[in-house]
Amino acid sequence: MKIEIRELPFAPWEALQRYESEVVADRYSGKFGASAVFVGSMRDFNEGDEVRGMTLEHYPGMTEQELGRIVAEAREQWALLDELIIHRVGDLLPNEPIVLVAVWSAHRKDAFEACRHIMEALKSRAPFWKKEQLDSSSRWVDKNTDGY
Amino acid sequence: MTVKVKFFASLKEQMGCDGATVAIGEVATAADVWLAASGGKAMPTNVLVAVNMEYCDPNQRVRSGDEVAFFPPVTGG
Repeated sequence: MKIEIRELPFAPWEALQRYESEVVADRYSGKFGASAVFVGSMRDFNEGDEVRGMTLEHYPGMTEQELGRIVAEAREQWALLDELIIHRVGDLLPNEPIVLVAVWSAHRKDAFEACRHIMEALKSRAPFWKKEQLDSSSRWVDKNTDGY
Repeated sequence: MTVKVKFFASLKEQMGCDGATVAIGEVATAADVWLAASGGKAMPTNVLVAVNMEYCDPNQRVRSGDEVAFFPPVTGG
């Protein structure tokens, strides 16, 4: 399992390929038949307004712990081999990736369902907060929409 | 006893600081810590509470040296 909170932009597909080839394939060669991935990126619109940029704040320490707890819970429910979570903080621009959640398992059911569960739990529990920059003002995002 | 208080995001802006060390009676809950740190303001109903980086109920007892965090609904991902 790897959980990374980062200030700098990242390339999710390169990070995924690197983690799979350097870590997952090394530990679980021939064992993972399924991987599921979610990548969330920044939109340039929200609630009818154009959004120019975004600042993501987090609670250092608790964010990593809560993500670790979410993964541990997922491991109790599904047969996972490995997990990778990368989440941006700091200043973001539209199109930039915000979050990557990837899981590896022997079979697709575990991968699909665990990836979804981890992502939804991250949205509702991991202590991150978004502040949007509009043309001439900024605003905190009140709450995340329910993904189910 | 003293506890360390932290505020995040919009709550940090409303409180005008990111936290403080607060002196409080020996028997106290997270809600008591809020009252001491906010100067007696009512806690907004949507505020989330964490003690030592774990979510908890506002009625949870706190101990000396605990880190008590208050923040609005989370909006990551």
